Formats: sequence, structure tokens, C-alpha cells
Amino acid sequence: MAELRTEEMVLNMGPQHPSTHGVLRVELVVDGEVVVDAVPHIGYLHRCFEKHAEAMNYQQIVPYCDRMDYLASMNNDHAYVLGVEKLLNIQVPERVEYIRVIMAELQRIASHLVAVGTYGLDIGAFTPFLFCFRDREMILDLFENVCGARLLYNYMWPGGLSHDLTPGFIEKTKAFIKHFRPTIKELNDLLSYNEIFVKRTANVGVLPADVAINYAASGPTLRGSGVKWDLRKDDPYSVYHKFDWDVVVGTGEVGTLGDCWDRYMVRVREMEQSLRIIEQALDTIPDGDVQAAIPKRIRPVAGEVYVRSETPRGELGYYIISDGGQKPFRVKARAPSFVNLSLLPEISRGYLIADLVAIIGSVDIVLGDVDR
Amino acid sequence: MPSLLKKSEWFKRMNANEINEKLKSGFPEAVVEFKADAVTEPYIVVRPESVRDIAKFLASDPELKFDYLMSLSGVDFNDGNIGVVYHLFSMEKRHRIVVKAKVSKENPEMPSVESVWKSANWHEREAFDLFGIVFKDHPDLRRILLPDDWEGYPLRKDYKVQEYYRGMKVPY
Repeated sequence: MAELRTEEMVLNMGPQHPSTHGVLRVELVVDGEVVVDAVPHIGYLHRCFEKHAEAMNYQQIVPYCDRMDYLASMNNDHAYVLGVEKLLNIQVPERVEYIRVIMAELQRIASHLVAVGTYGLDIGAFTPFLFCFRDREMILDLFENVCGARLLYNYMWPGGLSHDLTPGFIEKTKAFIKHFRPTIKELNDLLSYNEIFVKRTANVGVLPADVAINYAASGPTLRGSGVKWDLRKDDPYSVYHKFDWDVVVGTGEVGTLGDCWDRYMVRVREMEQSLRIIEQALDTIPDGDVQAAIPKRIRPVAGEVYVRSETPRGELGYYIISDGGQKPFRVKARAPSFVNLSLLPEISRGYLIADLVAIIGSVDIVLGDVDR
Repeated sequence: MPSLLKKSEWFKRMNANEINEKLKSGFPEAVVEFKADAVTEPYIVVRPESVRDIAKFLASDPELKFDYLMSLSGVDFNDGNIGVVYHLFSMEKRHRIVVKAKVSKENPEMPSVESVWKSANWHEREAFDLFGIVFKDHPDLRRILLPDDWEGYPLRKDYKVQEYYRGMKVPY
């Protein structure tokens, strides 16, 4: 029999596919079950943050930063206020920096818990998801305790914080750490080294280090490929240089270096490192004010700044141009999810459609961050 | 995997002055301006038509090795020019530089640097989408955040919101 002619088919995945964690549409070209090409279509959550920012003064932009990466609002605010402070050339009290680091690391754990939990859910493991969300709730309770909000905080302001820590916050956080540390091991037993999970994620979506750098990947996506690169260590900001902790990288432990499992595992292990940072910060936090003396109306000198920080998803950069007025001339957000998502076609070619779900989950995108 | 510089070797980083001299020796015509005392960071302004050659040079020169394009932003300078700002970083050498290129609003064309840094692909699409900058030789220059049939380029300073989009009134 002569060889049968086969045809490639175009398939739409999304915009409401549950595995895309938001409204992402991926246009797949498939040959049977094999992905020949995957073209992401984004913009469904676009709110033109950058245009809004040009119409408001510097303080009013903070809540908009909250809403970009809504799973890591604290980290988003942190990067933005660092940029404004650099532009104003002011120093904030040391207590402020400590509190910011504590909040940023708690937020990192909360965000990684969502990433890890929903990743298990994508692959078909339901229980770890519930465990993760239970622990995340405790972090959200801590945030609610300190600033009143559970998701979008508006807590970090240029020049300081909206509130000081509430009485008992330090004890409650320590109690949380004591509860949470053993549950990471539990998570590893339940999900990370689960044979089905490993089979679904090892050797899938392999991202070589040089490709990752050429695509300017960052965060766990880059570290999963074995590149020891963390802005908290390599381009230090705030008070991160005062603490003792390690950068986690992928090692190809169960498969190939840079596969989905490596990217997943970097997140799990980073949570332990975040706990170490929080513990040290809680023990050494100095007393003092939580607002630097800055004018009510901020007017930075004409100039520009590009500031970057390590969010749970990678390098979040703000490029802020000031023309000397009360409103910024231009604010550009370099969102980590946006850049990381652009390498999706690169790492999904040649895998099965079912693997694509694992690959998208392993990059851990938040569509609010992608579309801004 | 790239060999990352140890902390004790960070002094080997080049500063903006040295990078500018290096770039000028390779492209004496293309460097328009070097502002060393700019607030928070020095920058280099280059001619838009030679952006890709400069990018190739910056990325491949063994002393510069700018392998990481941190960000690529479109900017409306509000003086009849729009342009692109490249924030470059070298993972290996750990130095950074800001490069700017300006084009006129009437004819906003410049070469794409996608062939040098793949991350420029989506950044350039975004600059095209929101500023209308046309990147020559870009493999897939389409709108990325806005609908394909949107009118105008929202981040330009003289942008007027279209009144109707497919028969629906645009609220503000």
C-alpha cells in the first residue's frame, strides 16, 4: 500500500482552556498528537497600564502595579517603589527595607504555592493543590493582618510603607514558618517524587541554558536550566545582601537539565530559601520609622531609571522616565511572564499536546502580568 | 552554559565610558551622542539605521558580550521623534548599558534586532503595537496586545481614542 498522506491541523487551545491559568490562546499546528508549532496569542487581559500611568502621579500608580501580577502584588510594588526612590535619590529607613523583604519573601512563597499547586492540578494531582492553598491562606491572613487586604495590598509606598507591622505579626509569622517547613517535605513526598508526576514532567519541554539567555528568560525558568542567576544575589537591592541563603538551580535530577521537573523543583526549593531569609529578617529587624520624610507631591528631577527585581516569575523591570513633573513621562513594565511566555514555541515543538499542558504550567505565567 | 564571573572579579566590568569608546572605535559614524551625566544612568544615542550592526557588535565582541536584552521600550520623546531604548546586560561580564535610537514620527522605520536577541521578538511587536514603530526584517510583525483592527498607536503622546470600535462606543 502506498504511504498514506497526512495533513497538519490547526487547533485552538484556549482562550478559556483551564490549563492556561487565565486567558491565553495558543494556536497549535499539530501532526496527529505531535505539536509542530505553537503560537501564543495574548492581549485578552490588556488594560494598558502604561497609558494609565502617564495620567497619574507617582503614588497613584502603586495600586495599578498590584494588579499586574496579581499573585505577587508585593513584589510588583517593591520593584516600582525602588525605581521611584532611585529616581528621587532618597534612602528609606532600614526597618522599611526589612519589612519589604519579609513581605516580598512571604509573597514569593504564596505565589510559588499557587504555581506548584496548580501545576499538580494540570497534571492530574488534586490533593497537593488543596494542601498548597491551605498554606497560602495562612500567608494571606498575615497580609490581611498587616495591611487589610488579601490580594492587592497597596502596602509599599514610595518612601516607605502604608502601615507598620501590627503587634504580634512577628510571632504569627514565626508560627507559620514552624508549621510550613515540614509541609514542604510532605509536598515532595506527595507530588515532587511521585512516579506519575515525574513521568509526566521529566525530559519534557527541555530548555537549554543558551537558548534561555537569548530569550532573556529569568526566574525559575532560567534557573531550571542550570544558570545560577538570581537578582537578589547578582544585582542586589534592598537588604538581601545581609542574609545568608542559596540560589537554587536545576540539576537534571530525574531527567534532562532544564526540563519541566527542574523548573518545578526550583520553585519548591526556593520556598525553603525564602523561609531562611524571612527567619533572619524577623530576628534582626531594627526599630524605626516606616516612612521616610518625603514631600506629599513627588517631583523627581528630569531623568530616567531602569530598575529590576526578582519576582517569583523572574526579572520585573520598570523603566520610568521623568520630565520633572508630578506625573511620569513614561512607565514601561518589563514583565517576566511576558518574556518567559515568548519562548513557549521554542520548548514545545515536537512534544505531545498533553505535554504542552505540562510545559505551559512549568513556565508559570500570570496573564495579568503578560498583558498588563 | 555561560561562565559567570565570580564576585571577586566584578571589578573587571567595563563602565559606560569604556563601552562608548569601544563602540565609537567600531562605528565612528553611528554614535550620535553619549550622555555620561544622565540622571541615574549614562546612555548612548545611535543612528537608527545601524541598530542591527551595533547590536551584533555588542553581542559578539569578546570584551562586551551583551548577551541579555533586559528590556526594549518604545518611547515617544514628544519632539516629533519616537524611538526605542535598549537596556542591555552582560551575564558573563556583568556590565550594563542603555542604547537609544530615535526615528521621526512620519517615517518610523528601523531594523529589527530579533536575529541577535530572540527576546526582542515580542518586545518589538509591542513597540509596533503601541507606538507604530516598524521593524524591518522582523519575522512576525503583528499587533500583540491590542486587537488586529485597532486604529492608532495608544502610547503616542498625540493619540486620540477612536470613538467606535466595531460599532461599539469606546467608553473614554
